[in-house]
Amino acid sequence: MDRNKMSYKVSQFVMFAGVSTVLFFGVVILPFIYGLYLTFTSWDGVSRAKPFVGAANYAAAFADTSFWAALGRTLIYSAISVILINVVAFLLAYMVTRGMKGQNFFRAGFFIPNLIGGIVLGYVWQFVFNRAFPVIFRGTTSLLGSRTGAMAALIIVSVWQYAGYMMLIYVAGFMSVSKTLVEAAQIDGCTPSQSTWYVTVPLMRASFVQCLFLSITRCFMVYDVNLSLTKGEPFGSSVMAAMHVYNQAFTYKNYGTGQAQALILFVVCAIVGVTQVYIGKRGEVAA
Amino acid sequence: MIQDSEKALARKKRINAILTIVLILVFIAFIFPFIMVVINVFKQKSDIMRDPLALIGSKGFTLDNFPNAMEKMGFWRSFTNSLIVTVSSTILTILFSSMTAFVIVRNKWKACGILFGLMIASMVIPFQVLMVPLVSLYGGIFGVLNHRVTLILMHIGFSLSMATFMFHGAIHTNIPLELEEAAFIDGCTRWQTWWKVVFPLLKPTIATVAIIDAMAFWNDYLLPSLVLQKKELYTIPIATQAFYGTYTSDLGLIMAALLLAMLPILILYVLLQRYIVEGVTSGAVKG
Repeated sequence: MDRNKMSYKVSQFVMFAGVSTVLFFGVVILPFIYGLYLTFTSWDGVSRAKPFVGAANYAAAFADTSFWAALGRTLIYSAISVILINVVAFLLAYMVTRGMKGQNFFRAGFFIPNLIGGIVLGYVWQFVFNRAFPVIFRGTTSLLGSRTGAMAALIIVSVWQYAGYMMLIYVAGFMSVSKTLVEAAQIDGCTPSQSTWYVTVPLMRASFVQCLFLSITRCFMVYDVNLSLTKGEPFGSSVMAAMHVYNQAFTYKNYGTGQAQALILFVVCAIVGVTQVYIGKRGEVAA
Repeated sequence: MIQDSEKALARKKRINAILTIVLILVFIAFIFPFIMVVINVFKQKSDIMRDPLALIGSKGFTLDNFPNAMEKMGFWRSFTNSLIVTVSSTILTILFSSMTAFVIVRNKWKACGILFGLMIASMVIPFQVLMVPLVSLYGGIFGVLNHRVTLILMHIGFSLSMATFMFHGAIHTNIPLELEEAAFIDGCTRWQTWWKVVFPLLKPTIATVAIIDAMAFWNDYLLPSLVLQKKELYTIPIATQAFYGTYTSDLGLIMAALLLAMLPILILYVLLQRYIVEGVTSGAVKG
């Protein structure tokens, strides 16, 4: 059997990667390219005709003020959520790695929100905000009723949802730092908090990069919780970018414009992704 | 000196006691939304309206919400749908992605490089970019929506890149080439080498991929909601969403539906907690 023959290579590739290649191209690559084509047409979602309209969709996408409002809102929401998620996750991880009783129980417990889909979580929290909180904090109305309140509610739920997940990554980071280094620092006169701050935390750099980018992408593309918790209400004041794209395409049937706006989101995600690779690589060299 | 270390020990104990109390309080706050669901699920609607915080309603304990909600949301039907979709997508993803990773790692062919490069690059594409062309292609042109098989194949197509990437790393670092050479000398074909030698050695990665993907498939909302529009095909997240839309004001039923939607995965978590926590952590750290 000649392993350099083209026929051998082709048969091997088809046998092992054939199905994957077809599915991957069929579901990801082909739709991506086809989506680029759709941005130059005015498809109405029903007819077979897809009239070519040139750059009109991009013009409409850029002129759509509610899209930019949604994008700006998403940036604010993401910035606040990402900071809070990581602060809470880091503190939790710090507390559950000190070697006290029951820490595995707490680790498992804080992770629970991640097990459940965003749709269900959003509805559970809707009940909590609308029914339970007004009873506990007497005289207050539901957060979901006001513009800033709805945003705050989304942030609270996101922090609650992702803090446990990020905590697990920080826990792995804490565990990966060798005990001998911490002991050495303490023999040299560091207090426990100093050894955490000056020895453990700098060595956990990879965990920070990981958690930051993971929470940035999750928050930026938030959809499920947005849909079930606020549905964009009140008065469309909590419509995030992903929901705006969905509404533009499937509710208002502006498929071309929606797709063009989705591509703008893609560009943002691509920039975030490339930044992550760049920062990750630079860290490797330095460490 | 002895007194000093005793003092330090006492101080450490005191700090740990305070931390435990803090952790317990945070933990209760964390699971508060779930507690709300659990205590209200056994009440009648009027009792929930009057006082959502009371442990037992004035009209007493009721189990009626469960059978009602189960029937009205078609719980067993959507549970079966979710199970079929999740199990088959997960198994097939693992098979196809590990095969693909195997052929990519062991051969330096151009096709392998291109496929792997595209897979890595595609990871930054958010789903929102692909949803309109997916619906247009597979709904408008091919007309294959509203079949479970379509959803399963799409799930596989979307999760292949990440899974292949993880198997790529595992084969690259953990499977010695000598093992495969020995199998070759013993007369194994490439297929047998993969199925009998390499695949069984990938167990830890298989577990990680299985947990991450199964959770993602089970909880996925947006893709299934676009693909499955017939009631008989609804998965649990879509069924919950549809149910919530119809019975918003019937709080007892809503509570039961939400609890039912969460229960399967919570039960699984109690049984497989250690594996799930480990799988999610290693998946996040490697990815």
